[in-house]
Amino acid sequence: MGGNSTETMSLKLKIWRQKNAKDKGGMVDYNLDGVSPDMSFLEMLDILNNKLVREKGDSIAFDHDCREGICGMCSLMINGQAHGPQANTTTCQLHMRKFKNGDEIVIEPWRAKAFPVVKDLMVDRTAMDQIMAAGGYVNVNTGNAPDGNSILIGQNEAELAMDAAACIGCGACVASCKNASAMLFVSAKVSQLALLPQGQIEAETRALAMVEKMDELGFGNCTNEAECEAQCPKGIKLDNIARMNRGVVRGLFAARK
Amino acid sequence: MSSKSSSSFFNSVVKKQFMGISGLLLCGFVIAHLLGNLTLFIGPDAFNKYGYTLTSNPLIYAAEAGLMAIFLVHLVLAVQLVIENRRARPIPYAYSRKHSGRGATLASSTMPITGALTLIFLVLHIRGLKFGTHYETEVNGIVMRDLYKTTIEYFQDPLHVLFYVVAVCSLGLHVSHGFWSAFQSLGLNHPKYMPKIKCAAWAFGIVTAVGFSSLAIFSYFQGGR
Repeated sequence: MGGNSTETMSLKLKIWRQKNAKDKGGMVDYNLDGVSPDMSFLEMLDILNNKLVREKGDSIAFDHDCREGICGMCSLMINGQAHGPQANTTTCQLHMRKFKNGDEIVIEPWRAKAFPVVKDLMVDRTAMDQIMAAGGYVNVNTGNAPDGNSILIGQNEAELAMDAAACIGCGACVASCKNASAMLFVSAKVSQLALLPQGQIEAETRALAMVEKMDELGFGNCTNEAECEAQCPKGIKLDNIARMNRGVVRGLFAARK
Repeated sequence: MSSKSSSSFFNSVVKKQFMGISGLLLCGFVIAHLLGNLTLFIGPDAFNKYGYTLTSNPLIYAAEAGLMAIFLVHLVLAVQLVIENRRARPIPYAYSRKHSGRGATLASSTMPITGALTLIFLVLHIRGLKFGTHYETEVNGIVMRDLYKTTIEYFQDPLHVLFYVVAVCSLGLHVSHGFWSAFQSLGLNHPKYMPKIKCAAWAFGIVTAVGFSSLAIFSYFQGGR
């Protein structure tokens, strides 16, 4: 759609290279010419990788899947910002027109104790799955889609639950938090269930179980800086963390064991 | 998903809630301390009488012990949280972290520093004033400590005034984030009230900084009398 820009850019890239989890790793400089402003950020990396393969080098490993901004696989800390400079946008949906000819771009993996680097820019986010396994589900069989209006849900609650459910579990909140805390992620997962009737049955124990798992996995504590909210590609709100905090207190007092 | 009884009661959320409650209680002390000290502006007798009323009440020891306990809870948890948070990111980013401009603020990102400065300040402050030079005076026939004289004398040193002003401004910054942050940690977040709570936090920070600074500066200029 109007994507016929003829002017291309030359970029100076500083990219984290690390052979494997045990390698010390370090930043490596690359110069890349012929970058079209219409390329996505990941396509720009594809072009660089093509060049590296042609030069018999090792291509740069980075996570990606749908490239439509919904799967949560892409990551990357771009110039110190999770998913780059554009708000509410995943790296795969970030376009090179956001950069200028001659720009220096620093690309790093998510940094957290709970997210060990697998290779280059790729980190292991299994910790988030482990948190989900600790309580991010509903135990009852909800069956087929129920009859309309058989379970009444307020409009506000439905909207808030959908907003929380927009979390794609990419880990940008952990990456952007100065404490590498996963509170925004956990709170979104707690909220998307706690706000709906099917999820309310287990709401008392869910928040506590998920927070305890999060602590166990070595994520940091929340200091209410809201940097997670600001850098979240899906606009997940800090209000969810407050809801989770209430849930944890209820969980502690509800615990019978 | 039942939580095990073996798991610690003090999970990351509960720790933050204890931080918040102890912080709010300390905010209460800050306000009470400021209001009481404003008697300095009325004159020596009013200030000394206020001090005498406080210290002659036997409950003061219980109050001081309680305050100390609250402060220790806040301090010990702060140290523990900072250590845990540092450990959560063993390898820092090469590119210095860039604030989005929509999240972190100067106050929020300097909480451990302003907190530590407050601790240093407290030690020097208590040593210089509470345990400072002891003078006596007589008001309405009652012999009492002339804390007014000690205070004025203490603030004749411009360095004392400067450090005091810097410290209370840093405390103001600390509470401007801490006050609203406590509500968030306790889960008391509401789209309608949160902006007002944040405004209150800023107002509280400014009142703390300006109020206490004015006392030190006033004392400095009282020296010639």
